[in-house]
Parts: sequence; C-alpha cells; structure tokens
Amino acid sequence: MDMITIPAVNMTPIMPEIFLSVLAMALLLINVFVPSGQKSYIGYISFIGVIAAAVLVGTGWGMHVESFNGAVVQDNFASFFKMIFLLAAGLAILISDQYMVREECNHGELYPLILFTVVGMMLMAAGTDLMTIFLGLEVMSVSLYVLAGFNRENRKSNEAGLKYFLLGAFSTGFLLYGMALTYGATGSTRIADIATFAAQQSLPSSNVMLLAGMLLMITGFAFKVAAAPFHMWTPDVYEGAPTPMTAFMSAGPKAAGFAAALRILLVSFSTMQADWSQLFWVLAVLTMTVGNITALRQDNIKRMLAYSSIAHAGYCLVGFTAGNPTGTAGIMFYMLSYTFMNIGAFAIIVLVGKKGEPNGNVMDFAGFGFKHPALAVAMSIFLFSLAGMPPTAGFIGKFYLFSGAIQKGYIWLAVIGVLNSAASVYYYLRVMVYMYMKEPTEEFDWLQVSAPIALSLLISVTGTLVLGVVPSIVLQYAQEAIKLI
Amino acid sequence: METLFFAIITLVAIVSAILVISCKNPINSALALVMTFFCLATYYVMLDAPFMAAIQVMVYAGAIMVLIVFTIMLLNIRVDATKKHSHKILLGSIIGFFTLINTVYILMKSHAAAPTGPFTGDMIKQIGHTELIGQEMFTKFLLPFEITSILLLVAIVGAVILAKKKL
Repeated sequence: MDMITIPAVNMTPIMPEIFLSVLAMALLLINVFVPSGQKSYIGYISFIGVIAAAVLVGTGWGMHVESFNGAVVQDNFASFFKMIFLLAAGLAILISDQYMVREECNHGELYPLILFTVVGMMLMAAGTDLMTIFLGLEVMSVSLYVLAGFNRENRKSNEAGLKYFLLGAFSTGFLLYGMALTYGATGSTRIADIATFAAQQSLPSSNVMLLAGMLLMITGFAFKVAAAPFHMWTPDVYEGAPTPMTAFMSAGPKAAGFAAALRILLVSFSTMQADWSQLFWVLAVLTMTVGNITALRQDNIKRMLAYSSIAHAGYCLVGFTAGNPTGTAGIMFYMLSYTFMNIGAFAIIVLVGKKGEPNGNVMDFAGFGFKHPALAVAMSIFLFSLAGMPPTAGFIGKFYLFSGAIQKGYIWLAVIGVLNSAASVYYYLRVMVYMYMKEPTEEFDWLQVSAPIALSLLISVTGTLVLGVVPSIVLQYAQEAIKLI
Repeated sequence: METLFFAIITLVAIVSAILVISCKNPINSALALVMTFFCLATYYVMLDAPFMAAIQVMVYAGAIMVLIVFTIMLLNIRVDATKKHSHKILLGSIIGFFTLINTVYILMKSHAAAPTGPFTGDMIKQIGHTELIGQEMFTKFLLPFEITSILLLVAIVGAVILAKKKL
C-alpha cells in the first residue's frame, strides 16, 4: 500500500479565511472568561479583526493564485466580494452592541458566529470547486440560522430561526442534488473542468442531466438570494430576526449567493448562456414585481424592507439576465451600494426601536424628522438610495444593471425594471412622509446614539453618497474583477 | 438479474419513503426511514462502493436514527389524530403532479450521456474503495475536508447557544 502524500499547498489565497476562523475560535474561548456585562469588548475585537482581514484581502488585489489543487482561487472577483462581506459584517457588528444590550441577549457568541458567517461567504466567493462552494454555503447558512434565532427569549426570533433552518435545509437539498447531477454528467466538481466538458459538447443543453443539474443549482441559489418564487421565507425571517442580523442577512449572504452563482454560471455554463438567460428573465421580472407590489402594503418597517430586499435581488437578476460585463459588474457595484444603504437604514430602525420592538411600524416614525433632524436626514438618504434616485449609489447601480440589459437587447426587461423602481418610490417615500409631514406622537426620548452606531451611520452615509457621486472609483475595480473571472 | 434486484430495492425504497411521511405514529415513520437508509446502502453496494454502504448503515441507519428515536421519545410526541387538509395542499399536489408528468416526459424523450471517470469497478476491486476515498479526500478535496471541521464547530456552537438553559 502506498502512503498518501499530501500535496504542498499555498495558503495565501485563503489567508483571510484562516485569520477569521482562528480569531473566531479564539474569541469563543476568551468569551468564557469575560464577565457577562462586558461582552461588548468581544465585539470591538471582532471589528478590529474584520478591518485586519480587509487589509489582508486588499493586499492580495491583482494577484491570481490557484491553490489546493484548484479548489480555491484568489482573484479580483473573489477579493471584491470579500470586501463586501467584510463591510457588511463590520457594519453589523457596529450596530449589534447597543441592540443586543437593550434586548438583554448580549451573549459573546454573537460575534464569533458573525465571523464564521463571513468565512463561509468568502469560501463561496473564492471557491472554484462545487464542494468548496457548497461547504462555504453551509458554514454561512448554519451560522445564520443561529443568528436569526439569537434572541432566545423572543418568540418571533425563535420562529425566524426555525423557519430559516427548515426552508434553508430544504433549499440546500436542491443545490446539492444539482451539484451531484452536474458531477455525474461531467465527471468533475471543478468549475473549470465542467466548463471544458461543456465546451466540447456540440449542444450541451441537450444533455438532460447537465441541464437538470444547472436548473437545480439555480433553484438552490435563488432560495439563498430570496428570488421569487422562492422568497416565502424572507419576510418572516427578516421580521423575526434581531434587527442587526436582519441587516447583515439582507446584504452579506445575498451577495455571497450572487458571487457563487455568477462564478458557476459565467465559467461553467458559459456555453449555455442562452438557456439560463431566459430563465433569469422570468425570475427577474417575478422577483421585482412580487417584491415591490407586496412591499406597498406593509406597515411593519422590517417587513417592508424584507420585501424591498426581494425587489432588490430582482434588480440584480436583471444583471444576470444580461450576463455581459456591464450587467455583471453592475451586480457587484449594486451589492456594495446595497450593503451601505440597507444596513444604514436598519441602523436607524435599531435606534428608533424600544425593547421588544413594540414600535416597528412605519407610523411610529411620525414626526421623527422634527425630533432628530440629523438621523432623519441620514434615513432619507438611505431611502432615496433604495428608491434609486440620484445622486445616490442606488441610482448608479440600477443605471448599470438596466443599461447592461439594454445592451443585450432586453429592452422590455429594462422597462419593467424601471416601472418597478418607480412603484417602489411610493413605499420608501411613505416613511419620509411620516417623518417630515406628520405631527410627532412620541418624544423619542429613549433614543440614544452610541458611538459604534454613529460610526456605522457615518460609514453608510459616506458610502451611499460617494458611490453615487463618483461611482468610477469602485466601478473600475468591479469591471477589472469581472474581466478575469 | 441486477436490473431485477435494482427494481425490487427501488420499489422498497419508494414505499418506505412514502411511509415516512404518511405514518401517523412518529416511531413508525422513524422505522420506515431506517428501511429507506438500508435501501440506499444497497445501492452503494451495487455501485461497487462498499465503504459508503458501511458508513450509510453505521452513521445514518445506526447513529442518527438512534438520535431521532431518542428525541421522539424524550419529547413524547403524541399521535396526531386530526389531519388538516387545506386547499393549499390540494393545489400544491395538483401542481406537483403535473410538474412530475412534465419532468418524466422530458426525461423520457431526451438523452443523458456521462463520461467515464478515472475510477472503474476493476480499479476499485484492485486498490480498494476505502483507500481511494482516502486518497481523494487528502489530495484533491483537502480544502473541503478541512472546511467540514469549521462547519461542525459552527453547528455545535449554534446548538449550544440555542438550546442551553442559561448562557
């Protein structure tokens, strides 16, 4: 019997993942010795760790290193998405502390779990093997199930955790079945090998096993990014989960799902683009319309933003349908802007809420603009950006997504997208109407802005405005990243 | 002969899988699930994968089923006598049925080709299934293998957070 020689591996591509995993494990241990009133320090260390990981990712920009026998890669595409995940995690950590103390569930395990989620998301973006992507997705999902149910005393949070777990496990089944069929049809789980195999076929879509594999994988990812008709879990989970975790969930994991789906579809199934484009056309239209129409009728602001996040996934699917550099770079740019504006909006909701969130409705914002003008202006900027108005990041993002579709000749898709975007203005501006045009019914005297939340708001507002005024500073990176995938 | 055996096993697998979701008593469901797992193990044997078959029986039909039965007994789940039927279930079944017919139709009229991989039945018999799996796991799939450990750690931490009485 021969001995198995473990091949020499290059650790550089997964340095950020290793760093964050080790940090998270160390924090789990340190947490045992931290007295229960001082768990915030775990959060501060995690935040510094996230910044350090961002530096690690940043130093790897421009390099293209494959490692672990082609299971993972370090390229600009992965680095760009890793930055989005770290940004989402950093902002979520900043707004978590005050909320968790208020809800009396400030357990130190929260922050390591956020870091593990980031590790999972990073592996999804960097994985070049279906196995790596699947396991990254599982690490991310399992952490998120716990984070959604983290407020153990709150029944809605329990419901959110359980519902997310059951439906998430169900959707993982689809994804894994798709990967298994793809492996059966092509003989490899490496994304590049699948691409080589598909390129050799005269008509790859006539191979029903490969086609079914692709469709099931798309189903699995559609669940994860909450695209209609696989969006049913979103409103309940987003409403019940602790607000900072809702903010995190709506930005990071969604971007991770898009990253993995982009890599698989653009590399492995590039020869079948005509097939999946049609599918994404339908998915995009459904997702945008269902998300926006349902959001119109929501009074609970977390639920409203949940449906709006479905709609935003729909806008990104427009970029998928196009599948050209403008559209795909648009997805990357849009996910970054969405991270800024959405987590910013949730930070304001964290501030306005009381313990147990009895005041989670749009009406509870009545007169907010008179009592706290600065916070109301910040909220207005986020809402304008979500609605897609210039000069904010949301406008530029939508502009690139839709122009990508027009370049490819999907005029109707762009028209439907713009109409949807117009409809969404109603429910975003409704919040502003309450903030500025209704008499205040509350004094908002319980409202305190802690330093971490102030910092997160500062970052979010700056990001939303800077990306809206000078998008080229980020867009050029996105275009560079998508070119080399 | 092999086809006949495959057909019998498949029939048993499908029937026991239906029993899992249709039994009223959860213990009966659990036992039907064991049956399904054994049928899957038989598939692995037929595919020249004895190691996978052994793992399937030991881990799934053994360890995990013990956990499931334990949980059912600890929670003392009562037999749910009243079954609720709603229009949604009916609608779902109708849509599901037509989707199934559609899928079967597409599968019948199309072809599915697959390349032969490097691992043939003869090779497995010569070198050994377990050794080949080990080789793949520690060379080609080293990174996924390592990620599994993170996944298990996260699952353990999560279970403790959600279930522990006092954190």
